[in-house]
Amino acid sequence: MLITIKYFGQIAEVTQKEEEQLEVSKGSVSGLLNTLNTKYSDLKNKDFQIAQNQELVDLDTELTGAEIALLPPFAGG
Amino acid sequence: MNRYSRHIILSEIGQEGQDKISNAKVLVIGAGGLGCPVLQYLTAAGVGTIGVIDFDVVELSNLQRQVLFGTSSLGKNKAIAAQERLQDLNSDISIIAYPEPLTYQNAINLFREYDIIVDGSDNFETRYLVNDACIITNKPLVFGAIYKFAGQVSVFNYKNGPSYRCLFPNPPQKEAVPNCSEIGVLGVLPGIIGSMQANEVLKIILGIGNLLSGKLLCYNAMTSQTSTLKINRNETSIQSVLDEQDSFENKRLIIDCQIEVMEVSISEMISEKNVQFIDVREIHEQPKVNHLKVTYIPLSELETSLHKIDLSKKKALFCKSGMRSKNAVKVLQELNINNCFSIPQGASEINNYLKEHNKILSNER
Repeated sequence: MLITIKYFGQIAEVTQKEEEQLEVSKGSVSGLLNTLNTKYSDLKNKDFQIAQNQELVDLDTELTGAEIALLPPFAGG
Repeated sequence: MNRYSRHIILSEIGQEGQDKISNAKVLVIGAGGLGCPVLQYLTAAGVGTIGVIDFDVVELSNLQRQVLFGTSSLGKNKAIAAQERLQDLNSDISIIAYPEPLTYQNAINLFREYDIIVDGSDNFETRYLVNDACIITNKPLVFGAIYKFAGQVSVFNYKNGPSYRCLFPNPPQKEAVPNCSEIGVLGVLPGIIGSMQANEVLKIILGIGNLLSGKLLCYNAMTSQTSTLKINRNETSIQSVLDEQDSFENKRLIIDCQIEVMEVSISEMISEKNVQFIDVREIHEQPKVNHLKVTYIPLSELETSLHKIDLSKKKALFCKSGMRSKNAVKVLQELNINNCFSIPQGASEINNYLKEHNKILSNER
């Protein structure tokens, strides 16, 4: 299935893009994360949470979504 | 003409709403990029009691985004400088300045004095401290954070809603996420995010509209896009904070900013004149360094013992293994006490060095 992945903050610096579309097989969110870790090797050095269809999800959640977002914490003020 | 007439003629606010604003007490953590617009709009809106806590001083590089301050504020403590400017903006309200760091020791009592807490801090350690203290004191937290061209806004801990730990359970463990002043930021961004925080504060006070509770608003200044992500309450994360509340005040803040701590060798310090040696171990710890004039300030008492520090001298801090002295230097640097160095070797090695070199130093230091 075709999903849209959004990258925020420092994650967009790793991927060098803020958004992309990927064709992925069905499975869990962690499966997608493995794919992304292979594609972007620096990703494993980053802290972030994952949202599916605008809702924060665990890694073992089944991929259903049209949209995935990788969200890092920000400290600045 | 009533100062608040433009509020009062709104049917959603009216005199009743304005009275709620006048009776509200809001504490703002940090008078920086986010804190400045929050303070300005809450002051202008007539929030009856506003507290502002910040230990830092106004620097020239702050003026690119911290528009509350002017060149006449340079070198002044931010909380005090903010209070002066805000009191001029609105003398009918009470503005309380706390020119000190927020710590595990002062947070709980301070938060209890206020209805709403606004986080405008600039490091993860303070953000988790603020979040946990809000859970313990049951106060709503209006959160804002920025990174370069991106910002996040949310309302945590509001009427059993999620907390920051439900979003990010623990501070970042992996590659350090840049903190404090080491990264660039588009000057207008904290103005936008801080204004959104002020908006959430006023909605909480007035009880109108929809809050960002259970939601994280992400704003991208480059694309002008916003995304709102749903956050669920995680009971385990919140309960673990409550379970540890008895030990909360015993925790110590190791300021997370990436400050370079200057290390210095024993020989370099011994050969220098005009050095104050400071032992930051607890008083009972042995062996003492007897052949140097040493000031004893345990790390746990550092912030309350600043009067013992001789600002005219170089400060050489040591402990048992160089860890606490390094942290102590960080604390002092955060307090803008400069010329502090950590000796990585411990007290025993300093004694060995003195013995070896047969140095008995006079009390002239």
